[in-house]
Amino acid sequence: MLNLLSRFAQMLFVLWIVATILFFLFRLMPGDPTVAYIDTTFNEEQVLQLKKTFGLDLPLHEQYFVYLGNLLVGEFGQSFHHRQPVLALLLSVLPNTIILTLTSLLTGYIFGTLVGAWLAWKRGTWFEAVTIPAVLALRAAPEFWLGMVLLAIFGFGLGWFPSGGANSPGANFPSEWARVTSVDFLWHLVLPATTLALYLQGLPLLLMRSNMLDVMSEDFVTMARMKGLATRTIVLRHAARNALLPVVTAFALGFGASVGGNVVVETVFSWPGLGRLLVVAVASSDYPVAQGAFFLITVVLVFMNFVADLLYSALDPRVSNGRRA
Amino acid sequence: MRDPFAATGLGIYALFAVVAIFADQIATHDPLEILFRDDGTLVASALPGSGHWLGTTNLGRDIFSQLVIGTRAALIVGLIAAVVVALIGTVVGLISGYFGGWTDAVLMRLADVALGIPFLPFVILMAGFRGPRTSNVILGIALLLWPNTARVIRSQVLSVRERAFVEAARVTGASTSRILFVHVAPNILPLSFLYGSIAVGWAILTEASIAFLGFGPSDQVSWGYMLQDAYGSQALSRGDYFWFVPPGLCIVLVVVAGFFISRGYEEILFPKLKD
Repeated sequence: MLNLLSRFAQMLFVLWIVATILFFLFRLMPGDPTVAYIDTTFNEEQVLQLKKTFGLDLPLHEQYFVYLGNLLVGEFGQSFHHRQPVLALLLSVLPNTIILTLTSLLTGYIFGTLVGAWLAWKRGTWFEAVTIPAVLALRAAPEFWLGMVLLAIFGFGLGWFPSGGANSPGANFPSEWARVTSVDFLWHLVLPATTLALYLQGLPLLLMRSNMLDVMSEDFVTMARMKGLATRTIVLRHAARNALLPVVTAFALGFGASVGGNVVVETVFSWPGLGRLLVVAVASSDYPVAQGAFFLITVVLVFMNFVADLLYSALDPRVSNGRRA
Repeated sequence: MRDPFAATGLGIYALFAVVAIFADQIATHDPLEILFRDDGTLVASALPGSGHWLGTTNLGRDIFSQLVIGTRAALIVGLIAAVVVALIGTVVGLISGYFGGWTDAVLMRLADVALGIPFLPFVILMAGFRGPRTSNVILGIALLLWPNTARVIRSQVLSVRERAFVEAARVTGASTSRILFVHVAPNILPLSFLYGSIAVGWAILTEASIAFLGFGPSDQVSWGYMLQDAYGSQALSRGDYFWFVPPGLCIVLVVVAGFFISRGYEEILFPKLKD
């Protein structure tokens, strides 16, 4: 319990530091310090309102506390280009990013885990000699390039899949749920999710393979063998279960990292998600959106690191609640 | 070096290094020059052939020359970033592990913070707001990538500092900095190299991503720049594979070479892992 609290405190500490870095990064930008929140095209009334919300007339240190308070309630200001609150904008694209991330992670990790376990079994064969370099090459390929090649072949070349976006233009849906479960949406999801999954499968595959090799030489596996259990039972019930632990932790870490790492794939496929929002905002100097999107991506990353930490100690009894050995 | 993987990796590095050094001689054209035929028409979207080995872009620029010159940008970013990352990581790890106490606590909390910042989005902010320069990309990479190296070096230092020869140096009255850099550092240097060789690949991938997103220098040809140019010029819908496949393959080769070399290193460093 104490351990959990200290981990939680550490998470809040990291978020606080990141928030502070963002504060200074955006306040010390060239020009008027109000440039972080106020665009030249805003009218008098909007300007007054924003100055009040963010305490822009106050000295810098007081602005800082106003800023932290605003972050806590999700007040990021008004977008310069979308004419709506940043939070609403972030929440409107968040489902797209979460679905893309989860789909590709699940596909990549299920595939990687199974093939990894199988490869441990096939150690020293030609199959291994071909697969490992192929997996390494996929991990080394820039995700956006992989996406470009898939898009050129299956999107433009064969015409099997749409070339971008999350929905066909002009499509209308009664609710957000109806939108993300529609065939149209899933059809748009295939290429970006495949691109990410191809990249993501490498880590669980290599992890699973080396864990299986480790576990297979442990005493309890020898014991199971001596008891005369079938090979299949040993592999599935005894070895795979234990080899899976680090993969579960990697999944949580992978989720946190992907939400930020998706940036390039979302850009290639014009996928309306958090990453693309960030890129467009930075490119067009939409400071409030850039700040909000970056902060939200950080929150997801730090929170998933925290979850991975918890999973790690919850799943592996050898990691005691106090200190790691 | 008997490990075939490591040998392959070094071979690839050597090849790209030679291309980068002699890029001006190997390139057949100026990579940014817009080429015209004798009759004054643009050499646009020419297919690969004898005059242009990989064809031309839609604006009549020679793709092969861009690919060759782009090697330079990739290797420069990769090497500088790797050196900086390994250097910061090693120094922080040394200090943190050797002194312990509050120095260690502060440095390791700093490492936690750096690991809690989303990598690519941070580099985007750096390049987007501080200006689209290679130095900002390298700065962004260096600021976030050092903790992994630092943590490993730190734990190694924790064990090295207890060894007899360090104790002996202390007894003979060697200064702290002498003990750190003359006695402890040589023992952890191979680890710094290992993490440095991994950082090369990361840096090249990151530089390419940033250039692809449009936050790279617009007057410098790199593989990421070529891919952005191809993507932005509808090369995908026209099926100009000869334009956007080669730069990606080059990135894959360089990064894989880094993987292979670090693998070879690991086997030398930790022979127990071999079986």
